[in-house]
Amino acid sequence: MRHAFWAVMRGDITRYIQRLSDCLIPFLFCLMVVSVFAISLGQNTALLAKVGPAIIWIAILLALVWSLEGILRMDYETGSLEKLVLSPHPLPLLLLAKLVAHWLMIGVPLLLLSPLLAFMLGLTNGEPWILGITLLLGIPLFSMIGALGAALSIGLPQGGVLLAILVLPWMLPVVLLGTRCVAAMSAGLSFKPELLLLLAMFVFLLALGPVAISVALKTSVSC
Amino acid sequence: MLKYKTSYFYRLASPKVSYVLADRLLPWIASVAGILLLYGVIAGLFFAPVDYQQGDGFRMIYIHVPAAFLSLAIYSVIFISSVIYLIWHIKLADFCAKSSAGIGATYTLIALISGALWGKPMWGTWWIWDARLTSELILLFLYCGYLGLRSAIRDRERSAKAAAILAIAGMIDVPIVHFSVEWWATLHQGATLAKWARPSIDNDMLYPLLGMIAGFGFFYLTILCVRLRSDLLKREWQLKS
Repeated sequence: MRHAFWAVMRGDITRYIQRLSDCLIPFLFCLMVVSVFAISLGQNTALLAKVGPAIIWIAILLALVWSLEGILRMDYETGSLEKLVLSPHPLPLLLLAKLVAHWLMIGVPLLLLSPLLAFMLGLTNGEPWILGITLLLGIPLFSMIGALGAALSIGLPQGGVLLAILVLPWMLPVVLLGTRCVAAMSAGLSFKPELLLLLAMFVFLLALGPVAISVALKTSVSC
Repeated sequence: MLKYKTSYFYRLASPKVSYVLADRLLPWIASVAGILLLYGVIAGLFFAPVDYQQGDGFRMIYIHVPAAFLSLAIYSVIFISSVIYLIWHIKLADFCAKSSAGIGATYTLIALISGALWGKPMWGTWWIWDARLTSELILLFLYCGYLGLRSAIRDRERSAKAAAILAIAGMIDVPIVHFSVEWWATLHQGATLAKWARPSIDNDMLYPLLGMIAGFGFFYLTILCVRLRSDLLKREWQLKS
């Protein structure tokens, strides 16, 4: 079982390395969305610093979810998702392996990008740090919620936009808590409660997310 | 005994029996809905006393509160039906969820619009990002996602299962959104909103309100019966052809 977990993860990572554009596009997307915001609001530095965390969160959210959807869609079209569903190993575990691979190859680069984005938007003092810490929890949360939506809508003609409609309501609490953390920090308040709530959500989804995704995937992949 | 009971439920859920049942109940439910709505509207608009703070504006309550209440109640119906469908594969539960979603979305929209119209004279603003308003809006988005997913999937079986999973995940989402916003709003901008004093409501105001809530509920059941009937017929027709 552990072997299968590593095998799926290694296979996915190899594929990401072979197709580096899959990793680069979300990265560029994030950079560009934030730049467009920074340029169009650039005259007003105070405003930019205030709305900055929300912009970064939303840019990263969209980049992550769309990249995950693209990858699952490709797996669906090549039939490797069917293989996963048919394999004798527990499906939630294999999906978790795929999610971990996605996190390592796309989530972590985005996490490392976030300080740069923070500087672009003029966040100062400890704010980039807090942003990074909350994103550390937020990115896996986005991946899991996004994967659930993608598993439900996979193989549908207008999948991408539908996916956004499905998952954005679930993403809202995560974004809200994440941006509040930064806001509390810059207001000099304690951000511990928000962080703990994010952590609670993370633990909850880590336990139940892969199971829910696998149930959704089984209904979508008919074999 | 237990066996008899379960077989009874399965029989009740069979298309033929449920069609006949929906058909028989429809006129009764419809007339109860009509009477309750008529009573609620007339008593609410003409006989309920004027509110000492809000004047006649408070009469918006007779549309707004029932719609908001039903929007949540119908989502709970969808949630329960989805759980039943996923566990026992009873088709009727899926039809029920499917037919309810459209009605629930409409009630949510009514609640939002009537709330905005009520908020303008009372709070001085159409919209505020308060916990209740935000969670109602998210509820509308959840309904939209549910309907969108259902209409996007052609295959009946897959559409039913995927929508059921979505509904269950959505049910978890509503309270989380509500509390995360409520907390956020109370920490940063609490005092500005929804602070009009609410006197314990007078009986002459209360009974029409209860009548309207029940009337909205029976109206929902009426539409549900009509839609269930047509869904069941459609399914039979598809099976035959």
